[in-house]
Amino acid sequence: MAEITLQDIIQPENLVYEKSKLLTEKPFHYCPGCGHGTVHRIIAEVLEELGVDDRTIGVSPVGCAVMAYDYFDVDFVEAAHGRAPACATGIKRVWPDKVVFSYQGDGDLAAIGTCETIHTCNRGENITMIFVNNGIYGMTGGQMAPTTLVGMKTATTPYGRMPQWPDGTPNNGFPLQITQLIAQLPGTRYVTRQAVFSAAAVRNAKKAIKKAFQNQIENKNGVNFVEIVSNCNSNWKMSAVDANKWLQDNMLPVYPLGDLKDNFELIKK
Amino acid sequence: MAKFRGAIVVDTERCKGCGVCITACPCGVIELAKEVNGKGYNYAFMANPEACIGCASCGITCPDGVIKVYKKAL
Repeated sequence: MAEITLQDIIQPENLVYEKSKLLTEKPFHYCPGCGHGTVHRIIAEVLEELGVDDRTIGVSPVGCAVMAYDYFDVDFVEAAHGRAPACATGIKRVWPDKVVFSYQGDGDLAAIGTCETIHTCNRGENITMIFVNNGIYGMTGGQMAPTTLVGMKTATTPYGRMPQWPDGTPNNGFPLQITQLIAQLPGTRYVTRQAVFSAAAVRNAKKAIKKAFQNQIENKNGVNFVEIVSNCNSNWKMSAVDANKWLQDNMLPVYPLGDLKDNFELIKK
Repeated sequence: MAKFRGAIVVDTERCKGCGVCITACPCGVIELAKEVNGKGYNYAFMANPEACIGCASCGITCPDGVIKVYKKAL
């Protein structure tokens, strides 16, 4: 048998994977290894596969993903800090035939926009919400977020997050599991938590995001909420590979992966 | 012998050298180059091209989407 060369393999008909056409040529401004890039990529792949790119409107947050509108070749609106679900509500009510999604980080969705998040989920707007949780305020330099783990060192908790002082008086509080919280609300149809640290996790996350968009396209009422547990290697002060390992060892026990609610029914573990 | 042969093409100027693809690769194909690209990152490249099976694990975990994966059945 003739020896096969790389030139024989690298031919257009053998292409099995490339970046989605829905992402622009602009390089991501995210740090090396950041999960935001992976999440952007899988959202673009899902929108391309569902063929709804011409009627999709995204709402970008304030945070690291503030410039998401530069990277997606779909219409985008930039919302005020934490107000992306409220903004998405307005767009969806005016244009019910559009596919509307919000893309937020944990500082935006779980801290500053808690009110908007909870009320949008409680009203059961027919939108898709993507929530990227890395347990820290990334863009502003690594301050403590409500989702920060107990004992985790950040710029504002240099000795680690301490929920209570030793005498029992309140201090920093406990990690906010907002996805469990909103799963209890009657307005949410599909609530799930996924991650992007490995190829298998990325595949599962893509399936979840696809389901969240499909529910909306089929006009099934209720919020479709996807949390992605992600890394922030710059502010966790680790390499990307170490951060992914740290995520599996420390984040996942507090934020366990899997579906929390499907078809308005809580999934019991 | 493997039934498939694969190959990857890395957009070296956009690669940020995070190394996530190296841990994602089940066959140990990818390594970081000693040379750097225009931004000063040690970019990923195919160090063992014969071992690649074209599974696309590197492509789907790459945060910057710089890897194109090719696969050919033998």
